[in-house]
Amino acid sequence: MSDAFQWLYSDVVKEHFTNPKNVFDPDEKFEADAEGLVGNVKCGDQMLFLIKIRDDVITDLRWKTYGCASAIASTSMLSEVVKGMGIREAYGIKPADIARRLGGLPENKIHCSVLGDKALRAAIDSWLDKRGRSGEFAGEDAVVICSCLGITDKDIEQAVKDGARSWEQLQEATKIGTVCGGCKGRAQELLHEYVHIFGD
Amino acid sequence: MQQRFVYMDYNATTPLRPEVKELMVRDLEVYANASSMHEAGRRARAGIEAARASVAALIGARDPQELYFTSGGSESNNTVFGTMYELGRGRAPSVGRYRAEGRRKVITTAIEHPCVMNAARRLADEGFPVVFLPVDGQGRVDLARLEAELDPSRSEGGPTLLVSVMAANNEIGTVEEIARIALMAKAAGALVHTDATQAVGKIPVDVHAWGVDYLTLSCHKIYGPKGVGALYARSGAPLEPLVRGGHQEQGVRAGTYNNLGILGFGLAAELARRDLPEFSARLRALRERLREGIVARIPQVRVNGHPTEVLPNTLNASFPGAEGESILLSLDMEGIEVSTGSACASGSLEPSHVLMATGVGPELAHGSIRFSLGRDTTEEEVEYVLDKLPPIIARLRRMSTVSAEIRSA
Ligand SMILES: Cc1ncc(COP(=O)(O)O)c(C=O)c1O
Ligand code: FES
Repeated sequence: MSDAFQWLYSDVVKEHFTNPKNVFDPDEKFEADAEGLVGNVKCGDQMLFLIKIRDDVITDLRWKTYGCASAIASTSMLSEVVKGMGIREAYGIKPADIARRLGGLPENKIHCSVLGDKALRAAIDSWLDKRGRSGEFAGEDAVVICSCLGITDKDIEQAVKDGARSWEQLQEATKIGTVCGGCKGRAQELLHEYVHIFGD
Repeated sequence: MQQRFVYMDYNATTPLRPEVKELMVRDLEVYANASSMHEAGRRARAGIEAARASVAALIGARDPQELYFTSGGSESNNTVFGTMYELGRGRAPSVGRYRAEGRRKVITTAIEHPCVMNAARRLADEGFPVVFLPVDGQGRVDLARLEAELDPSRSEGGPTLLVSVMAANNEIGTVEEIARIALMAKAAGALVHTDATQAVGKIPVDVHAWGVDYLTLSCHKIYGPKGVGALYARSGAPLEPLVRGGHQEQGVRAGTYNNLGILGFGLAAELARRDLPEFSARLRALRERLREGIVARIPQVRVNGHPTEVLPNTLNASFPGAEGESILLSLDMEGIEVSTGSACASGSLEPSHVLMATGVGPELAHGSIRFSLGRDTTEEEVEYVLDKLPPIIARLRRMSTVSAEIRSA
């Protein structure tokens, strides 16, 4: 008997797809302090994140998506991970971390799973904007190089310190450039630079 | 933990029907090379020729020698396009007679199976003028546009070498007007091919009534084994082998005969021909029941394809607000097997080119599901799907960012 899940997705993914956590319920009066909407139904996926924040900590959150099983499961997992987390730390969560906690995702599904992170960052940004703290996490030290996957120059630096020397090794470590590929040029420049600094 | 297994993906492939399976098991040990001259070889050969006659009868070909066994629909289609490549370069064909006389233009459609699409794109890469005809909202080829494309005074690319239009579409089931298309193409002096892979066994197919030079069919869509198919080429029509080698199949397709596959094909064809009227009537009723049930129980459904000129077994519907892969996997967990036009399920970023060509837009294409019914589908299975589907769509819409729009629309 064929069960598409068995070969496509892990049991953890299946569980989060079947019983997603923190999904927005239209009948529940959830009052968010900030929201982030990213993606486009025309491209096949869209994500809305609603968050409550007290003292820079995410106290509660809800989300909705028009998306595939990967998008649903990743966002469900993400929502569990960041509940109770400081916004600075939450801002730095990477799709790769979520994919790992899900027991891995098929390579061609990574792009479906990045939307939750983007929507979360958009929500945090909008909350910061309202408080005159715009760009507080984005700009200060780490610079986002791969916007699809939220990978920063610091992540590339770390990957090089951990042994990545080639573009393939960097991709293996971070999955950088595997969604739209738009970051490849800049990422390769940085890789070259860090290998020069930290390489042996 | 699955209680049920409800297969509704017969357009992808079909199971072996019991009679065919029985024959294949019985003949499993027929190993002789059908090209050998000895008694065992001659017996194997006789089986293959009987199968050829059955396949010919299924599509109304008068002479079984007009049928060439291949490895399937993809190979048959590629053989036709490969032949055009030779003709368009001014070469004489290895088999048959044809003078291209400068004809190089190839006209096909925007909704073909990838094996035709890609074979046509390859000709375009080689500098052939290639046109992908648009279709209307129901998936029917724009005949006015075909007329214009066939007329060198009204379009580019010079006189037409080949018109290739599928007989019925695999995703939405729309049946094309092949007889009319062939008439128009013939009047312009072009060769005519139809990929009838999905039509054969589901609707009447007759190469003479349609007036085509070439017709593609595949065995695994008619309850026979995979990896075997056939190309019909009108006697005298030009052909160039794709697989060169020995002189099997009149030199058109080399390779030691796939005895078992061809024997299975022969029986599957014979049974498909015998059962067609009863089979298509029964399936059309089941499809109607499924369509009515879905439309009645689920708000805002769009049924894709043509309302009447459609394969009796194929129902394609879009569920705005719910994404196709999520629907497919939710159904899969209930044991229901379907397919989707969503990009997510195909692993590409683009949704179904067929649905996009009908102009439904990306949202509806991403949210589309194809139910394709078959021999073993029962009324009870249709009811089971009608029970399981509405809550799945409701759940996905409830957690969807577009659910608010759905409710207010
Ligand atoms: C319309 C159409 N043409 C061609 C093919 C390819 O046939 P085969 O799998 O035998 O190569 C298919 C099968 O999916 C089809 O649906
Ligand atoms: S920015 Fe799209 S893959 Fe990196």
